[in-house]
Amino acid sequence: MRTDAPDPIAIDVGEVLQRSVTSLYSSLITRPTGRAVRMAIETQLRGAGTLSVSLIDFSEVGIIDYSCADEVVAKLLKQYLADERRDALFVFRGVREPHRLQVEGVLQRQKLAAVVETAPSQFLLVGTFSDQERQVWDRLEAKGAINADAVGQIAPDRSGVMALESLVERGLVFRSSESGRVYALSQLVAHLI
Amino acid sequence: MDQSSIDEFLDEVVQYQGERALFDARHLRWVDPNGMLGLLLAGSVAGEALGVRPRMELPDNPDVQGYLDRMGFYSHAQKVFECDADPSGIASRASDVLLEITAINTNHDVHEIVDRVQDRAGAMLTSRLGYPSASVIPFSVMLSEVCQNIIEHAEGPGWVAAQAYNWAKRLGRFVIVISVMDRGRGFKGSLSDEHSARYGDRWSDSTALEAAFLHGLTRFADPGRGQGLQQIRKQVSKWNGLISARSGTARISQVPEWDDSLPMVDGMAPLPGAQISIILPAVVGP
Repeated sequence: MRTDAPDPIAIDVGEVLQRSVTSLYSSLITRPTGRAVRMAIETQLRGAGTLSVSLIDFSEVGIIDYSCADEVVAKLLKQYLADERRDALFVFRGVREPHRLQVEGVLQRQKLAAVVETAPSQFLLVGTFSDQERQVWDRLEAKGAINADAVGQIAPDRSGVMALESLVERGLVFRSSESGRVYALSQLVAHLI
Repeated sequence: MDQSSIDEFLDEVVQYQGERALFDARHLRWVDPNGMLGLLLAGSVAGEALGVRPRMELPDNPDVQGYLDRMGFYSHAQKVFECDADPSGIASRASDVLLEITAINTNHDVHEIVDRVQDRAGAMLTSRLGYPSASVIPFSVMLSEVCQNIIEHAEGPGWVAAQAYNWAKRLGRFVIVISVMDRGRGFKGSLSDEHSARYGDRWSDSTALEAAFLHGLTRFADPGRGQGLQQIRKQVSKWNGLISARSGTARISQVPEWDDSLPMVDGMAPLPGAQISIILPAVVGP
């Protein structure tokens, strides 16, 4: 693994649901269920390295409602964004069409955004973001990663540079503090998929 | 007895609260989930005020009797009314019963309801309403959110029921009727501590309903809260359905073009809790 990139962690939400709530529940619904799943994920993340990128996998989840999406996706992101250490990044996998509306809805309500895999190897930025952020994110996603001296290729002007800074700040891309190399989050979790 | 007549009936129950009551259903010829849950709510309200269960005379009509039995009405009625019900305990799987009357007290109940309704909802949404097969997911999400509303906000017992009907005369197509009722503290009671001061003299059941139903206000400071009803409204609108919520003296509705309900009705009797009705119509052919 790249030495300047965060440690990748894979978390299967379906498995966490079975383990942390009750083996009788097959759906990710109700707020207490979502809270229990989020807390189980947080416990798992506490054992990770100083900086990690987590692949939160919804592939085995049948139904996710808005209350659960808020607890598992929005609150998880908000907590780590509010933390000064900013030691965790997230990619949400298996956000297929039946889940996408709920995940997108809870993100937009709180003006958050996240990187999600909607179909095999198809990553999208969903939630609330500017056109510039979207353009820069799309360019980086197409390249996978880019060195510090080539950032102009994805952020050619001042608004692009500001959008890139915002994407880094919002945890939607990763920039190595050592090399300045910028990674698409999908690139960092590719070998887990 | 259905959504169009339920308010008048419930108002009367509230007006005579505290007096000995006989619920005479002998001549009942038609009842939908709103009517059934309305009866349970009425009996519950009357019984609480009186301190004893009110008497209920059951319908004479064998079709209505059978239908109430299939919907599991009698087993719930026995807890609310003094009546001669003899529940068969047979859950209906062959008819258009989508969800028998189910009490909602805990989140576990919501999980059970959503799990139970999956197969039947999938079949009915596609065969009766002509919705795509994938619509079972948004339908389940909607059901989950509307049931959680009772636990999260009402803090009182509630029921849910759903059924498909052929509204041949009224609409010329099939509909699914979902009813959710509770006798908790209602929208105004839930929101008062946090929001009443801002509204001043205007604070009422109708402004509380507008605040929650239209603007997604909730008593929680958490900005992630309050989106359940908003998303239900969006989904019902996508399916060209009708959603209506009564709380206390007011009822608010999101009305599609095929219905003539008023968007807001105020000045009714102060009924406890919240009562939500959703009607989803079949898609009109190409």
